[in-house]
Amino acid sequence: MSTSRTIHFTLNSRPVSADIAAGETIVDMLTNRFDLRGARESCGQGLCGCCTVTVDGMAVSGCLSLAWFLDGTRVETVEGLAKGGVLDPVQEAFIEAGAFQCGFCTPGFILMVRQLLDAHPDPDEDHVRHYLTGNLCRCSAYPEIMDAVKLAVAKRKAMGLVPLP
Amino acid sequence: MSATTQTPFASRSLPRLEAREKVTGRIDYTHHVKLPGMLYGKIFRSTMPHAKILSVDTSAAAALPGVYQVVTIDDIRKVIPHPYYGPAFHDQPILADGKVRFAGEPVAVVLAFDKKIAEEAVGLITAEYEELPVVFDEIEAMTSKTLVHDELKPAATFADLKYLKGKKGTNIALDYQLRRGDTEAAFARAAHVFEHTFRSQQVMHVPMEPFVSIADWQDGHLTLHTASQGPSFVRIEIARLLGLPENKVRVKVPYLGGGFGGKLYIKLEALVTALSMIAERPVKISLTMEEQFFMVTRHPCHFTIKSGVDASGKIIARHCEVIWNGGAYADIGPRVTQKAGFTSAGPYDIENVSVNSYAVYTNRPPCGALRGFGAPQTAWAYECHTDMIADALKMDRIAFRRLNILREGRPQASGTPLRDAEVERAMDQVLDRMNWELPFDRGTGNIRRGRGIGIGIKGITSPTTSVAIVNLNADGSCALYIGTVDMGQGSDTVMAQIAAEVLNLDPASIKVIHPDTDVTPYDMGTLGSRSTFHMGNAVRIAAEDAILKIEALARELGLPQGANLPLVDMMKQKYGMQAGNIIGTGTYLADYEKPDAQGQTTKGTPFWGVGAAGAEVEIDIETGAIKVTKLVNVADVGVALNPKAVQQQLSGAGIMQLGFTLTENMVFRDGQLTNGSLADYKIPTLLDMPHSFINEHVPNAYDSNGPFGAKGGGESTTIALSPAIGNAVADALGIRIYDLPITPEAIYRALQEAKGTPLEEGA
Repeated sequence: MSTSRTIHFTLNSRPVSADIAAGETIVDMLTNRFDLRGARESCGQGLCGCCTVTVDGMAVSGCLSLAWFLDGTRVETVEGLAKGGVLDPVQEAFIEAGAFQCGFCTPGFILMVRQLLDAHPDPDEDHVRHYLTGNLCRCSAYPEIMDAVKLAVAKRKAMGLVPLP
Repeated sequence: MSATTQTPFASRSLPRLEAREKVTGRIDYTHHVKLPGMLYGKIFRSTMPHAKILSVDTSAAAALPGVYQVVTIDDIRKVIPHPYYGPAFHDQPILADGKVRFAGEPVAVVLAFDKKIAEEAVGLITAEYEELPVVFDEIEAMTSKTLVHDELKPAATFADLKYLKGKKGTNIALDYQLRRGDTEAAFARAAHVFEHTFRSQQVMHVPMEPFVSIADWQDGHLTLHTASQGPSFVRIEIARLLGLPENKVRVKVPYLGGGFGGKLYIKLEALVTALSMIAERPVKISLTMEEQFFMVTRHPCHFTIKSGVDASGKIIARHCEVIWNGGAYADIGPRVTQKAGFTSAGPYDIENVSVNSYAVYTNRPPCGALRGFGAPQTAWAYECHTDMIADALKMDRIAFRRLNILREGRPQASGTPLRDAEVERAMDQVLDRMNWELPFDRGTGNIRRGRGIGIGIKGITSPTTSVAIVNLNADGSCALYIGTVDMGQGSDTVMAQIAAEVLNLDPASIKVIHPDTDVTPYDMGTLGSRSTFHMGNAVRIAAEDAILKIEALARELGLPQGANLPLVDMMKQKYGMQAGNIIGTGTYLADYEKPDAQGQTTKGTPFWGVGAAGAEVEIDIETGAIKVTKLVNVADVGVALNPKAVQQQLSGAGIMQLGFTLTENMVFRDGQLTNGSLADYKIPTLLDMPHSFINEHVPNAYDSNGPFGAKGGGESTTIALSPAIGNAVADALGIRIYDLPITPEAIYRALQEAKGTPLEEGA
């Protein structure tokens, strides 16, 4: 338990380091050592998606993954998406579609939608449903989340974020 | 009543005021609160459903390096001599007191600076128990010699519960009765009598932000940071426990990560308060998802409904025998028993009604309020029953409803007339969206299709009070001080809209001050669809009061009528500089009349919740697999002040109830919960959302007592959804499912039984 280690990684585009305990999870480290609140532990089993962060561009469950493994990686949390006060198009789409109620699951959904649209710029409805099935929203803003994904697709196209076929 | 004037609200789907903070992840939840010197508490829980505690050995835990202290009820008594709490009954000990009454009950707490160490130390605690006989089933508990509590301890604050004080030898915490007309005589002359029994299962709220509270006790005064839907109640109840005046207890609530009725009354607040007093440091307890199942749940309900019908198909008599399994502690269960008992005969015009509704103690985790306050469990019974009667009479299911439906101005079973409640229009809207008149594809081969509807009403907790303060600063900017908790329903936004409408301001410019009982005035609680109506009225009155004060100031300054001088200029004239405030206050208490001994009153509810639902299902008869292919929810919310927020409430409540209908079920074996995690307890995902999913409010509805015609709508679509699906299943298969949830297994078993080849239990 008492073994600790210093890790170095990139957090939302800035190089950082942290002395972490052996059993420390990513979400604990982000909350306790960096005061970031976007990744939140809820189910504690990697089943709800509230603790989602991306590591080298891949979404992971921050409540299950050990901070230890972040050494040398590039970590992004929802706090890193807005640049200079300008929201990411997915964040904009979530606001415009009203794709949340309590907001506790929202960062996880936003990160997953970004990952989905990076890989599949114009997914069909079934694809979206399956892709996001690991994120739970108890307020059940699901209809609005579907709307938000459609809106985000359009916004990203309009911004030229999507390569033309 | 239809709206005669269109308010500007009708089309204001203003985005949530806090939307940006929610998508950037920066929003405040109690989840993240950290105080200097704070200890983390971790709970050691009972492994027995009912037992005497012989000993608790905390020595190994206390010896673990990093552990600050281990606390049991003996330590708590030193700071709180009478450590029992509850909104209706003072029956719940802060930690188990000599006895445990459900598996999962808190027995001891480890305090440590590191929550991982606290967790490890909990594993080192051992307890010895002497097992007691157990009772889990509500029917058995009605007459069982196994008693969960030795005597009933109603809270002194409720005059109507006084007669239960000191009652011994029973598990029945409350017996509610309603009598209208002469039911017995009407049954005797009925042409047909039908009786059916339906059951609902135990389910849980599953807020994504698990229960969390922090207490900070210092020098005789307390600050609580807590994820609570009822900060005023928490203050009053904690002050009572500590023997302090209300102003020594401060309760602060930021945004909530979901509540759904779970985060009401006292949950972790009494425990962290005691721990902070003992440790003389701030103490935080955050539950895990699994632990949430031991905090509060929704009542299992056993409902036998009996109806007498005349030769024309008119229901002339109804008897409701409703038994609520309240678990080990009453929580708000006795109120659920009364409030849901009161509408358990459904939205029908029946001359002779009797209702017996019982709150019963068992050795299960406690049950309380969950989005609908019992109405969904009763509607599951009365709306399945409705279809069964119509089918037996060979009447059209809709025509049978129309013949019996309760219409505007007619007294409901309690004697309270239906007022501004669009039950029939809600049903018609569902039928329209279901294309009810068109031919319906009933499937082929192993795939059978069916459709069904349900309608329901809900009474609203009464009498309750809300108080609001509108503060206009000298520059004319506005802050609104309210105790309503924004747990995702969007109350901040809607309350700002109401104030803005009166004050002629931009709603987005208004600052809503979050509940802080040192700052915000009293509110009974964010519960039971009451906020838009009660707090909305209080905010409207407060804003009107501010306007009167501005007008008085204008007169005082000798301004000509209609001068419309900006407030900042008036304040400068008055005070010689930009200074001062205009404070408007508003208090709203709904009109209410206590029911008589027969449960009769003409003013039993401040407004009526109304929900109607329609469902189409597709069932594979080889496997029992069920898919809801279309779901329609319609609610009467009066005027929708923020149509987008209303829409979200209707669809969100609908999907939640869909989970309670098809998948969610707390499964116990020998009193032990076997599926207390999201791995095994399945809440709806995006894949469960029906492909055709329609959620609407009734247009041009108007509540004449609501603020700008509005009433609550957070629960309406939970009411009638389960029976709509149950009726669709029966329509598809010709087989009735009586128990929730309607799982593929339940359907398969029912199919096998209908074929005369029933499966054995456990097969």
